[in-house]
Amino acid sequence: MENQFLIDSDELTPEALERKHRLENDPSSRTNHMEYMEGQEVIKSDIREKVMSAVESYDPSVYKANDVMRALQKQNLSVEDLKALLSPAAEPFLEQMAERARIETRKHFGNTVYLFTPLYIANYCENYCVYCGFNCYNKIRRMKLDMEQIEHEMKVIADSGMEEILILTGESRAMSDVKYIGEACKLARKYFRMVGVEIYPVNVEDYRYLHECGVDYVTVFQETYDTEKYETLHLMGHKRVWPYRFDAQERALMGGMRGVAGSALLGLSDFRKDALASALHMYYLQRKYPHAEISLSCPRLRPIINNGKINPRDVGEKQLCQILCAYRIFLPFAGITVSSRESAQFRNGIVKIAATKISAGVSTGIGDHESKYTGKECDAEGDEQFEINDGRSFKQMYSDMSGEGLQPVLNDYLYV
Amino acid sequence: MENDKLVIAGHEFTSRFILGSGKYSLSLIEAAVKYAGAEIITCAVRRANTKEHENILDFIPKGVTLLPNTSGARNADEAVRIARLARELGCGDFVKIEIMRDTKYLLPDNAETVRATEILAKEGFIVMPYMYPDLNTARDLVNAGAATVMPLASPIGSNKGLATKDFIQILIDEIDLPIIVDAGIGRPSQACEAMEMGAAAVMSNTALATAGDLPAMAEAFRKAVEAGRQAYLSGLGRVLVRGAAPSDTLTGFLRD
Repeated sequence: MENQFLIDSDELTPEALERKHRLENDPSSRTNHMEYMEGQEVIKSDIREKVMSAVESYDPSVYKANDVMRALQKQNLSVEDLKALLSPAAEPFLEQMAERARIETRKHFGNTVYLFTPLYIANYCENYCVYCGFNCYNKIRRMKLDMEQIEHEMKVIADSGMEEILILTGESRAMSDVKYIGEACKLARKYFRMVGVEIYPVNVEDYRYLHECGVDYVTVFQETYDTEKYETLHLMGHKRVWPYRFDAQERALMGGMRGVAGSALLGLSDFRKDALASALHMYYLQRKYPHAEISLSCPRLRPIINNGKINPRDVGEKQLCQILCAYRIFLPFAGITVSSRESAQFRNGIVKIAATKISAGVSTGIGDHESKYTGKECDAEGDEQFEINDGRSFKQMYSDMSGEGLQPVLNDYLYV
Repeated sequence: MENDKLVIAGHEFTSRFILGSGKYSLSLIEAAVKYAGAEIITCAVRRANTKEHENILDFIPKGVTLLPNTSGARNADEAVRIARLARELGCGDFVKIEIMRDTKYLLPDNAETVRATEILAKEGFIVMPYMYPDLNTARDLVNAGAATVMPLASPIGSNKGLATKDFIQILIDEIDLPIIVDAGIGRPSQACEAMEMGAAAVMSNTALATAGDLPAMAEAFRKAVEAGRQAYLSGLGRVLVRGAAPSDTLTGFLRD
């Protein structure tokens, strides 16, 4: 099923609507997505070229069952082996892939599973990304928490037992600048043992500042590595610049962060190529920065407010499982996070095969943890980025994971 | 065998099997300790850096010596800070130095390990450094004040066994401190082999964590380590390179 992304809000002025339609329909009205905007730092790096040359030459249809079997028998897989495992030829080998993935996961992580929760502190956004609930043309309740509200949210989350937090914002430098995010992170250090951010990409100096504020992990989603497709989905705003986003993790490591995470948003373009690019992006980063902890995610498209029809197209659960097994076998040491975009059943299964970290007690809205955790009414809340699927609380998740024979781990980290 | 003790900085232990704790359910730690007969158990300080919810330290049985490790440290300074934190947390004076700046193989950084050992030994820690089996580094560790030397058998979690066997043997032969083989031991037979070589002790985590029946595997390791130690103490039989010994010796013609 193809996605119909474009939705008009009845609250837009005629001028805004006209501009929106022009961006959507007239490619010449859009800026060059491969050109850096003013203030965006350019770093010297060969990672992009390495990843993209492998992706551009990838033809999933040429791989055969033999290639898959050969890959599964090898101890250390080459890029070619990874390509085979991500190809349609590997689909009949899903069970064997899962068996191998499970062995690797157990070897490197034992039976542990890490738990975390995201905290959205603002949903203002300056980008027009057609599939995202926060996009600047989508009519939603906007909100930015002040420090008092942030602290209140953190208390509610910390009281639930959670020790790792991921701080998120919409991508608006004007409404949520780096200083604001840094102050939120300093607060987070008071309540949580481990703090990560998933915010708009910034320059090395800003990552260094955030690291000093207590952040050690940076997640950036490339959305799609298909630059042409990317251009048609990210129509306006700084996020439109594809290469600046690509280099974000590397800038974060240059700024002193301990670890980085990334992935494509599966369902936007050819998922096999995007999965290959995601894995290689992290692979080459770790090769260049051997001390870096790398982690992969695997988000699939989800419905958003005002557009319930958005779906992950041809990426079914089997395909998602295939991708995650391929990631695990190719990168046995990498963290793999599976978010609440996926169902409870899928997450219960995948943590036994490949995933090492899952979220719990999730809200993608703003300032609504108290109402979601305790049922207490709150006056002002900001709307969600997307609809979650697995709504289990921290407590429920902890007991479910124990019930699956896994050891939930709330923290395995020290800020040094 | 009865009076055979593992002595680390004056502390005596009967068991020569050191247990890891990070890769299996907290509820199994007690059984693992019991069946393995372990008297020392390692625990990552970063893993113990948690609030009241199921702290791993609470699951370590009384009477067992806790060996906190500095995993997560990327250089000597970080290892030193983690070791000091361990002491503040009440983990005692033992510390296992683990310094990795490679997240793929988790291979230790020998140079930084020597540096951290020197600082921590001066602060009164009983320092047990994890290292890549290199004789020069081992000598540096001795001079830096290490209590033991802990060479890796193969990469952590690989279960590949004694890939560095010949180099570990050199350490056993040349270093006067206890040599404790750490990392990569995947089977009881490999643990036994390390002990036959003269290792003072063996450490394992993944091999137990990935076993079908953890307590049973813990017991298998205990027996293997004991068997290997006994064989070492008994003096292994000669293994002749070229078959049987000749009855007519090559030097029989010599008259005085």
